[in-house]
Amino acid sequence: MILGLHPHASERRLLDDGQPTRAMTWIMAIMLFLTVLAGALGLGMFGATAQLDRALSGRLTVQIVEPIASLRDSQAGAMVGTLAKLPGVTRVREVDRAHLAQLLKPWLGDAGLDPDLPMPAMIDVEAAGADFATIEQAARRIAPAARVDRHAQWLSPVRDFLSSMSWLAVSLMLLIAGATAAVVLLAARAGLDTHRDTIDVLHMLGSTDVQIARLFQRRIAFDTLLGGIAGTAAALTLVWFLQGRLSAVGSEMLGGVALQRRDWFLLLLLPLGFALLSTLAARVAVLRTLGQRL
Amino acid sequence: MANIVQFENVGLRYGTGSETLSDVSFTLKSGSFYFLTGPSGAGKTSLLKLLYLAQRPSRGVIRLFGEDAGALPRQRLPGFRRRIGVVFQDFRLVPHLSAYDNIALPLRVAGVQESDVEAPVREMLAWVGLTERARAKPPTLSGGEQQRIAIARAVIARPELLVADEPTGNVDPEMAERLLYLFESLNRLGTSVVVATHDFHLLHRIPNAQMMRIEHGRLSDPTGVLRNPPGES
Ligand SMILES: Nc1ncnc2c1ncn2[C@@H]1O[C@H](COP(=O)(O)OP(=O)(O)OP(=O)(O)O)[C@@H](O)[C@H]1O
Ligand SMILES: [Mg+2]
Repeated sequence: MILGLHPHASERRLLDDGQPTRAMTWIMAIMLFLTVLAGALGLGMFGATAQLDRALSGRLTVQIVEPIASLRDSQAGAMVGTLAKLPGVTRVREVDRAHLAQLLKPWLGDAGLDPDLPMPAMIDVEAAGADFATIEQAARRIAPAARVDRHAQWLSPVRDFLSSMSWLAVSLMLLIAGATAAVVLLAARAGLDTHRDTIDVLHMLGSTDVQIARLFQRRIAFDTLLGGIAGTAAALTLVWFLQGRLSAVGSEMLGGVALQRRDWFLLLLLPLGFALLSTLAARVAVLRTLGQRL
Repeated sequence: MANIVQFENVGLRYGTGSETLSDVSFTLKSGSFYFLTGPSGAGKTSLLKLLYLAQRPSRGVIRLFGEDAGALPRQRLPGFRRRIGVVFQDFRLVPHLSAYDNIALPLRVAGVQESDVEAPVREMLAWVGLTERARAKPPTLSGGEQQRIAIARAVIARPELLVADEPTGNVDPEMAERLLYLFESLNRLGTSVVVATHDFHLLHRIPNAQMMRIEHGRLSDPTGVLRNPPGES
């Protein structure tokens, strides 16, 4: 068993150096603290990206730019009727003219309220399952000058930013994992030197390298798990606190950053994952080094 | 009877110096009792190291339990070493383990169930007269006490070959005899025993023991024929 954390007391004592808490525990606490933070960042950004995709993927706006108001209105009416019948289209709504004028007021002033002003008709379409090209074609048939815009298009820089943050978080986690493995490697080699006499005796009594590696694996796994759980707990508390702050901001877009239950669960798996990683690193280091001795 | 150990023209050189052992050839029969004597620095410990696989020879062939020990791949060494009990000249006890745990080591290394460890360890402790010191750590034990722990550890797993390097160097004559009797009992149960010693008194205590003498890294009988103890011809 790789992760035997309760070896027989005698076996635990074999490499004992009399220190109940070791430097390794602290290092692992820090490593896991950083990793969990990076993981939370990554999961939050992935979540926000997904939410953005969900919210925008099916949303588009059809703009009818037609100077003749009556023609524009009839085209808009036909557009709403036709698009609503397309498969996958869930909602079609013409944006209220008064509301539009209100939105334009900062630029146009009261002139925007003038009914003679040739304002384009805007039609909001929610079509999660529909094909963009089909909708565009249908719109062009009614009004050849119609412009169809995907919302996703406008927000793509935001999306790019979110997704690069996710990948940054993933790279950070990989870097920390690499550093952890390196620390374990060094510690295992140092341990082999510190306990050289004991290990020589064990060899002479017929211990296999795997048996000796197991002694190191257990120690490292235990230290990693102990420090890791502490570091994870600290990081999760911080994330929970930050999340409270975030929800106070109340932005819809930031709402997607909030961690789901599944995300919390994944973060809780990190110390276990790191314990496995360091166990493996210790095993490799010990077996490699011992393989060079008689 | 089969040969448990066979040396053929074995030479050992530490580093780049001159040979510590040269042209060592002999055979040990299974179930026999041998003494290895010789002056200090003659190469007794070196020869025993070859025997318990702590050293590889620079030349020559060593056959152990019928196999070429020089050709053993690393992963087969533990299996061979578990068949050999060793009393090191410098004891090599694990300092942070109690006397009890030191004696129990070979059993635990061999994967013996914990429930089957206590009885033999208690028995060995009693044999070497250290029942009261079971919990003591080696650094707090006297030289003779440490030596007795080392002997108990070497014999507890009933090895097929027992190699003891000066096992009575630190104890009084009475205890030496008692320990020798322990080796003899083990020998009667079938273990082959090799004891390196300066102690000529001991040589006469084991009636059937044979003797090898080493001087300046060579067995003093160049033909490699084993000698019986003086007086027995
Ligand atoms: N690891 C080593 N490296 C270099 N030289 C060594 C080593 N071990 C032993 N020697 C040398 O080999 C020679 C034989 O040593 P060895 O320990 O075998 O003698 P010994 O017969 O056991 O002596 P003693 O009765 O004092 O224990 C000595 O000259 C010693 O200095
Ligand atoms: Mg010696």
